[in-house]
Amino acid sequence: MAQQAGKSLRIKSLFDLPREELFISGHGLCAGCTAGTIMRMLTKVAGKDTIIVNATGCVEVATTRYPYSNWLVPWFHSAFENAGASASGIARTIEVLKRKGVIPKDKQAKVVVVAGDGGTVDIGLQSLSGMLERRDPVMYVLYDNEAYMNTGIQRSGATPFHAWTTTTPAGKVWRGEWRTKKDIAMIVAAHRIPYVATANPAYPQDMVNKFARGLEVLDEGPSFIHVLMACTTGWRFDPALGITISRLATETGVFPLYEIDHGNFRVTFPVAKRKPVSEYLKLQGRFAHLTPAEIEEIQKLVNERVAEINKLAGKEVIGPVVK
Amino acid sequence: MKLPGWKEMAIGGVITNPGNSLEYKTGDWKVLMPVINQEKCIRCRICWYVCPDSAILELDKPYTTKAKRVYKISYDVNYDFCKGCGMCAQECPVKAIDMVPVEVS
Amino acid sequence: MEAAQEVKSKRPIPLSTNYAVAHAAKDLDVDVVAAYPITPQTTVVEKLSEFVANGELDAEFIHVESEHSALSATLAASLTGARAFTATASQGLALMHEMLHVASGLRAPIVMSVAMRALSAPISIWNDQTDLFNARDTGWIIYFVHTAQEAYDTVIQAYRLAEDRGVMLPVMVGYDGYVMSHTTEPVVVEDRASVLKFAPKRPYPYRLDPDKPVTIGPIVPPEYYYELKYQQVKAMEGVPEKAEDVDREFQKAFGRGYGIMECYMCEGADALIVANASYAATLKSVLPDAWREGLKVGLLRLRLYRPFPAKHFVNYTSNVKSVLVIDRAISYGAPYQGPLANEIAGLKVREDLGFNLTSVVAGIGQRAMEPEDFLALARLAWEARTRKYPETIFYGVRE
Repeated sequence: MAQQAGKSLRIKSLFDLPREELFISGHGLCAGCTAGTIMRMLTKVAGKDTIIVNATGCVEVATTRYPYSNWLVPWFHSAFENAGASASGIARTIEVLKRKGVIPKDKQAKVVVVAGDGGTVDIGLQSLSGMLERRDPVMYVLYDNEAYMNTGIQRSGATPFHAWTTTTPAGKVWRGEWRTKKDIAMIVAAHRIPYVATANPAYPQDMVNKFARGLEVLDEGPSFIHVLMACTTGWRFDPALGITISRLATETGVFPLYEIDHGNFRVTFPVAKRKPVSEYLKLQGRFAHLTPAEIEEIQKLVNERVAEINKLAGKEVIGPVVK
Repeated sequence: MKLPGWKEMAIGGVITNPGNSLEYKTGDWKVLMPVINQEKCIRCRICWYVCPDSAILELDKPYTTKAKRVYKISYDVNYDFCKGCGMCAQECPVKAIDMVPVEVS
Repeated sequence: MEAAQEVKSKRPIPLSTNYAVAHAAKDLDVDVVAAYPITPQTTVVEKLSEFVANGELDAEFIHVESEHSALSATLAASLTGARAFTATASQGLALMHEMLHVASGLRAPIVMSVAMRALSAPISIWNDQTDLFNARDTGWIIYFVHTAQEAYDTVIQAYRLAEDRGVMLPVMVGYDGYVMSHTTEPVVVEDRASVLKFAPKRPYPYRLDPDKPVTIGPIVPPEYYYELKYQQVKAMEGVPEKAEDVDREFQKAFGRGYGIMECYMCEGADALIVANASYAATLKSVLPDAWREGLKVGLLRLRLYRPFPAKHFVNYTSNVKSVLVIDRAISYGAPYQGPLANEIAGLKVREDLGFNLTSVVAGIGQRAMEPEDFLALARLAWEARTRKYPETIFYGVRE
């Protein structure tokens, strides 16, 4: 059964999740968009007493095409690059209105940002950093589909090495993106906030419990959850494979699942035998142009990253590649 | 449908009745549709979990299988909103969901 | 409308316009201030921080990391039900430009003071009005003030106007940076209870509240967008009358009133100079000299600028032969290269007004304008009764 740790929902099984939907049907997200799964779970954990601040992007545009909205919680969008600042404004207003007796002191109103990689690691980085540095009580959930998907799959600072995007296409001179993915979770962790975590919808308990933890620490300061969001349209895969591919991202060590809770680093899903990265890449059209040598380059990068993670953990929590 | 005039709309484009997305039926997007085999289904909730569109309904509808397995709940598809992505069928651990072509009348 | 009347009962204190603005925000019991420092606005936010630090103002002061974030946070706060205030100038106003449109589009009752300063490039910290004129079509109500007292009073009037259910538009209060922001004048400040009685808090009606979920800021397709912008047009249309009502009520409550457009020494004038802020203040002291010279030149002081008080302008100019417009910003390549002159030219044609219009650009980058220069402009305005100057005159530029 659900464990009530502090005030937040914790789950041991899927059946600990409430049935009630606060992110309902009728939105325009692509068929098979894993953001839908993520938003449904986020709102279930956060509950009705939540104010969502949504940066411009896929989720914002697809869920609030006037006159329709599928959010059963208060929801705010103003621009692309200012989710952090907007959330600060809302969270601090709730504090002052409580202090002045305008709203009851025990009234719950959690402020949760929902933003894509574009609005977070690139154009929204300053606003995010300011909010974190000010220690405003906001949980920032990044749904990372690794490109500016809403505007048509252009590369972002979160686009991984060798990925095809419409602004880093694969041809004779360019072979997809040539820079590595910006490590946003570590950048956020450097702000020394109470809780930072990476999460993956293919691991429901892990993801849900991380949302719960992120909400729990709001009394102390902000939290940040970096969620992998596999994108059928932009990564070029069959709409049915969103969760399968997400799972492979963690199983291959491409997207390790960890948390930094008050400075304590912990890999929350150890992978004893890592799958070769080719298993992950071969299902995605955005990597279809790769030669075996290029796949090997990516494998090397993943190995390096895994070594870093193991060093942080102090032991081998993500194991070697086993074919 | 008569579109509202400027006096009839809340200022700034605020949507004062969120949840009205239920009027926007996305069910016509699909070319394949999921069909749940109630005999095979083990009521694990995974399909309900993955569906981005909340189109897998969890109903308090008891079901007893031919093998006399008794379930208190059953899952059904809300075809008004199901976009036919197939994630439910893909993730079902017992392959109880088939994706079949939508019949075009 | 006559100039501000003498108040006999309260003792003024010495305040710069920046400090006067800060005092107004304090007396209005603003709930949230989110601002970023920029010359010459800095002492507004410094003073507000002091008030919060001392417990004189109970507000959340959000130390944002840019002006874009300043307006973003202020806007979000306002839509959560706070009385929210911010202040900026120049590059900051330019940086938050996108959010200016968002704030008016989302109908947030925010007030923002602008210590007007030239825009880069070249970078200049000195005063002209390029920054504010660059923001005039953003859907904000705009006031120009010419004294520190008027700045204090107008910020108070601004909240009452902004929070009016039939208005719900953000308000900018502009004054000249350095020349006004950093010079000291006598200002009567009121007590908080009286200020709040005059301008009680009327928060945004659809505030973000879990008890009543709303969706604010959706994407709006062509079938609906036009009507939402037209709502702003209609709200603006109602403002001149409401602004006058607010000013009249303010006069009743505190003994000081300004109207929305001031005509100074207009009785019997054959020529008028249109000016705002500090130039209007200087002209008030120079024009008596002009009259002594035989130049019957009056001052049309622009106070409410957006929306433009067309009716008042027509009334005041219906019998004059010359109107000289001083612009503190350049509209490069426009028919008249001063933005105010362009607008007044439009009104002149629309209302078939008979005066000769002369466009003067002056004080760019705070190029000094001495009293003799204003007297020279008065002479020019007088001469222009019978002589036409079709091109904008860039007064004081060295060839």
